[in-house]
Amino acid sequence: MTDKTVPTRTLIAAPPKVINIGLERFATELAAQRVTAVHVDWAPPARGDTRLAALLAKLGG
Amino acid sequence: MTVLRNEVRPGTYLDSVALMRISRTLAERDGVADAGVMIGTEPNKQILREAHLLGPEGEAALPGDLIIAVRAADEAATATAVAEAKRLIDQPKRSSGPAAAWRPRTLQAALKELPDANLALISVPGDFAAPEARKALSRGLHVMIFSDNVPLAEEVALKQEAREPGLLVMGPDCGTAIINGAPLAFANVVPRGDIGIIGASGTGIQEVSCLIARSGCGVSHAIGTGGRDLKAEVGAITTLMAIDLLEADPATRHIVLISKPPAASVARAVLDRIGRSAKPATVCFIGGEALAMPANVRFAATLKAAAERATGRAIAGTPAARAPAPARGRLIRGLFAGGTLCAESQIVLRGAGLAVMSNTPVPGASPLRTLASGHSCIDLGDDEFTRGRPHPMIEPAVRDAPLAAALADPAVGVVLLDCVLGWGGHMDPAGHLAARLAGRPSGGPAIIASVTGTDADPQGRAEQVRRLEAVGVTVAPSNADATALALSAISAR
Amino acid sequence: MKRNVGQQIASANAEALRRVLAADPVLVDCVPAATVIPALGQGRRILHAGPPIGWERMCGPMRGAVQGIAVFEGWAKDLGDADALAAAGKLELEPNHHFSAVGPMTGMTTRSQPLLVVENRAFGNRAYCAINEGLGKVMRFGGNDAEVLGRLAWLRDVLGPALGRTLREIGGIPLKPLIARGLGMGDEMHQRNVACSSLLLRILAPALARTSTKGGDLAECLGFIGRNDQFFLNVAMAMGKAMTDPALGIEGSTMVTAMCRNGTDFGIRVSGTGDQWFTAPVEMPVGLYFPGYTAADANPDMGDSAIVETIGLGGFAMGAAPAVVGFIGAGQASEAAVFTRTMAEITLGPNPEWTIPAMDFAGVPTGIDIRLVVETGLAPTINTGIAHRKPGIGQVGAGVVKAPLRCFDDALVAFAARMGVA
Repeated sequence: MTDKTVPTRTLIAAPPKVINIGLERFATELAAQRVTAVHVDWAPPARGDTRLAALLAKLGG
Repeated sequence: MTVLRNEVRPGTYLDSVALMRISRTLAERDGVADAGVMIGTEPNKQILREAHLLGPEGEAALPGDLIIAVRAADEAATATAVAEAKRLIDQPKRSSGPAAAWRPRTLQAALKELPDANLALISVPGDFAAPEARKALSRGLHVMIFSDNVPLAEEVALKQEAREPGLLVMGPDCGTAIINGAPLAFANVVPRGDIGIIGASGTGIQEVSCLIARSGCGVSHAIGTGGRDLKAEVGAITTLMAIDLLEADPATRHIVLISKPPAASVARAVLDRIGRSAKPATVCFIGGEALAMPANVRFAATLKAAAERATGRAIAGTPAARAPAPARGRLIRGLFAGGTLCAESQIVLRGAGLAVMSNTPVPGASPLRTLASGHSCIDLGDDEFTRGRPHPMIEPAVRDAPLAAALADPAVGVVLLDCVLGWGGHMDPAGHLAARLAGRPSGGPAIIASVTGTDADPQGRAEQVRRLEAVGVTVAPSNADATALALSAISAR
Repeated sequence: MKRNVGQQIASANAEALRRVLAADPVLVDCVPAATVIPALGQGRRILHAGPPIGWERMCGPMRGAVQGIAVFEGWAKDLGDADALAAAGKLELEPNHHFSAVGPMTGMTTRSQPLLVVENRAFGNRAYCAINEGLGKVMRFGGNDAEVLGRLAWLRDVLGPALGRTLREIGGIPLKPLIARGLGMGDEMHQRNVACSSLLLRILAPALARTSTKGGDLAECLGFIGRNDQFFLNVAMAMGKAMTDPALGIEGSTMVTAMCRNGTDFGIRVSGTGDQWFTAPVEMPVGLYFPGYTAADANPDMGDSAIVETIGLGGFAMGAAPAVVGFIGAGQASEAAVFTRTMAEITLGPNPEWTIPAMDFAGVPTGIDIRLVVETGLAPTINTGIAHRKPGIGQVGAGVVKAPLRCFDDALVAFAARMGVA
């Protein structure tokens, strides 16, 4: 029926376990619904220095 | 003659919602003409520049820095405003209790906390979203990218990279998903059931899922694809993967696909794929022509029609006889927080042969000219309104000024409103609207609204409807019905 | 090509961390410095804490210490004479780190001072640190009067040789088990060493007694060590140096092998860039001050003691020492674990042998990765004493200080160039 592999059902088989990167309220609201979520206290990589961020990307960081 | 001041906090980051709250608090201070607190990315600097808030210090800021920009009546007012900004920025993010919580700063640290995580929900500024998504994909996580302003080329690259390991990239600009009963970002609490939804539009998914719920049926999963997935460049990668997913899901009996009309080649590929499914489907290309559909697929031109096709149950609209009679004016002025609801309303009006204008016109509608010149549907969530300001679904006050203008405009006969409930949004949008509408002089336009939501939503649909009806708003069962009712109201004159 | 570089770095880092964790540091001896650092026997060589620095840029306490030690070694007849010698460039001032040594605060190391010797039996290398002078008016804080020099003389003539005899008689004291016990007793080995100092004294005391040549000396030695809660700091520092030296110079490794300060500059070294120093101005510690003193009295950050953070102790092991958090004013005691968990985001891995009971026996986060520091902007947190900025007054407070991010940014750029990545 399809020539592509069906995506693994690790996404829809159970309620998701979420890592939330960005707006904190999404994580708070997931927790209120008892969905497992970990909030990442995100900030721009390398404090926004694009040259360093580009180096990091090349160094497998 | 005002005084401008910029202060830059190096290496400081707060999320956009927190910053907007701080900006608004500052702007409301006595003596302050305008204020903005934003991280130093180029798009933000442009916004500040255009608002005449960017000085030399702000110009020099890096994307990792925070710019505090204040324009006030005099030096003293700017100084106190800047001091207040710093106080708000430095406030601890969470209440200091006996056990201070540690929060991971990186995906890898978060994965140590939650090793069996399977989804990364990304809502960082658009410039940074793609690298974060790539990191998540490389760790075997599916990804939902809420962020917009992600370059199209990045979207294409991410979706191609994710295909081989079979990982789903929902987005960019994906506001809504419901996975195994869990509402993600802006989504409603709907019962589990056997209808699967794939949507390129957040509010489109919200309206359809809520209408399905109110018909007594349920949703297996709602997969967001992001607004551009059906563009030729992206080639519907996520849509096609989602079809595979829902086809293989034993809990899904019927598949609903919602989007703007796609490019012809993409439409063909998607219809071809869905036609090969053993499951019945409903395809809603909002405002699109009824294309030739495969045997198992039915076409729906509106969100309401899509819900009715999927459930097999009709949704009774408000009888025309119950349309409120406008005291004056003959124009319909639609003011929408949900872009797809704005599009649906335009389609209903066009379907009745009316000319309509919009800032986001559907095929057959016109771009906005002066508001006095005809019926209009305004999408207040569109980029021109949301640059540097919150989305109306988060901050209903964005609609206040256009609403006040519509109420005072003698040419307006009906004001048409959406009211979107669910997680992610404002906790009392109806209450906010009711406060703006209460005590309005009689003899003004009729107010007709729909409430997209369910009783299980945190706001509770029944109570939200009650608050609107208490101030004389006529609430219709769906956005399409509200629009039809508006038509009846002005036709009755 | 990107993936190759990433893999190369990953395996180099794994090797660097493995070497640090595989160390077997043993406190084996205490001997006059010139016998283990021959370069000290020539000229007027003075080793100091921190990265290289010239006389003109040295802070007050460092200058005071240099003057004092020059008099102590007989190169100058008084402090004024010493000052003139220094200004004239007649004293050879070099970092401890260049000679397998470390020293706290001003970190003066010269030919006749007795140095603790830690041997890393897994790799055969040795590292050195002078004996901790105690608290108050000491050369570590720039003290240089007769009382200070008199104490140094006593260390040279009495305690140093006694410790040497004692350690040789015992056959060496393995240090890893002591650290493990100390972590379970509230030490973090930078600001708080009282448990390890006590454990060490329990081991030394009988052997000191056995090897003592004069009864009066024995009492003095036991009393000196027993009065000093921080005695073990210098042992821990030499241990740290001995553990990290074998990890120097691993091509492709982004692991930090040294962090140190001279009161003016903060310096780091990274395994994959060998001997190169990456420096930036030191930051001011943030903490609590003893009565009568304020931040206005504080000297900028100083000392080689950040070597303990380099091996996962000190600020990195703060979760083991909640008392330190309250004392140094870094926050509530419950925040101690947050410091450790935060440092885990910038390190290569936990140390399975040094665990923190209060944190479900989490291993101390070890092996700072400069890539993670640059990416997250999380600077290594160092627990430190705060010296008075005028020489010779002593400690005026304690707090935390962060390593300057610029050192790590510069190191990353240099490392990338070395790997052929731009």
